[in-house]
Amino acid sequence: MEERTGTPVGRRVVLGMLGFGVGGVLVGARVSDFISRLLGPLTAADRTGLTELIPAAGRFRIYSVVGSLPHRSAEEYRLSVGGLVTRPLSLSVPDLQSMPAVRLVKDFQCVTGWRVHQVPWTGVRLADVLDAAGVGPGARAVRFTSFDGLYTESLTLDQARRPDVIVAYAMEDKPVSSAHGGPVRMYVAPMYGYKSCKWLSAIEVVDRVVPGYWEVRGYDVDAWIGRSNGRGDQPVG
Amino acid sequence: MVTSRSADRAGSLHRFDGLERALHWANAVLFVVVLTSAAALYFGPLSAVVGRRELVRAIHVYSGLALPLPFVAAFVLGRRWHSQLGDDVRRLNRWIDDDRRWLRSLGRDRRVRLGKFHPGQKINAAYLAGGVPVMVLTGSIMKWFEPFPLSWRTGATFVHDWVALGFFVLVTGHVLKAVADRDAMHGILTGWVDEGWATARHPRWREEHRKPV
Repeated sequence: MEERTGTPVGRRVVLGMLGFGVGGVLVGARVSDFISRLLGPLTAADRTGLTELIPAAGRFRIYSVVGSLPHRSAEEYRLSVGGLVTRPLSLSVPDLQSMPAVRLVKDFQCVTGWRVHQVPWTGVRLADVLDAAGVGPGARAVRFTSFDGLYTESLTLDQARRPDVIVAYAMEDKPVSSAHGGPVRMYVAPMYGYKSCKWLSAIEVVDRVVPGYWEVRGYDVDAWIGRSNGRGDQPVG
Repeated sequence: MVTSRSADRAGSLHRFDGLERALHWANAVLFVVVLTSAAALYFGPLSAVVGRRELVRAIHVYSGLALPLPFVAAFVLGRRWHSQLGDDVRRLNRWIDDDRRWLRSLGRDRRVRLGKFHPGQKINAAYLAGGVPVMVLTGSIMKWFEPFPLSWRTGATFVHDWVALGFFVLVTGHVLKAVADRDAMHGILTGWVDEGWATARHPRWREEHRKPV
């Protein structure tokens, strides 16, 4: 019978895989980073989307917490700005585009570990939107609501006024698609992706931080990249 | 025990006992759940359509954690019930020269004489044995990430993704080859295979049954 004479290839494969597993956990971040830098431009140009199947190819993953992709056309879209403000607003996409535009080119980092390098985002500084509405007394925080009917997020007023927090209507120099949370979404550059509310329907100025969808499920409220949800330090480019 | 049971049915050989078949089908069900939930989490267009990220992730995590359990149960019960599982695991582990020749010729060399399992099955089994612990380990780092440095979580994601890709390829190949082979399907469903099929495809194993009881 074979088991008495053959070489134990099976055992070697198993040990090899366990070694790859442990080694990969320890150095995989660097390898993954290298591969995503290498393949990023390629997968960005790939129209079929097949290269996205390659792990660590450095592209976005689409996450939705509701049953299907929320959709609103750019024409019908309105962003309501309310709460503790002097002038509640209802802004259309053209309204946002008429305000001073900011273009940020930064990495997008998800808390689950994937990262897309050097993504161009265009929009209006959240600070400018808040000033247009006029922040009232007693305001301490901002609450974001999604038209998916479920997702919410929050920022403190200080965080909201950062220059790298924008209400984005373009990504990679194209209008934000439905798949990526369009027509309008948040982009909070220094924090993990879940802080950037997609399919944004309302910005509400409030008197305290209200933990959002993922935070009530255990993720950090102040989700600074590299300084929350775990240790480590990879600054956003 | 094996030879006396194969004498019970003319023209058939006993290939898998009840415990082995139960283990296989328990794994099959869990793998279908794990892999489809994985696809809904990872593959963009599918994620967009299915959504319900939290529910799908819960299904994926708990079916994944359950994956080693049938193996553990089978090994414990296998010893008690004198299953041939242990023997078959040993066979799957060992490679003979004919296995390597088969692999090099991609199955085309007609002079090759294989044992109970062909090299594809041996590769599959080894990948499964190595891959499941790695997936449970890296998946656990991804799910319960607080104690770990960010680079470890990224590393775990990286390993989890690549090993998952390997599983998708191997499981797809396994299922396609299996459903195309009626005798093999009969074997994993009932435990018995046609003698002629065994003689043609697994001659060394067939010969073991010629030995006197």
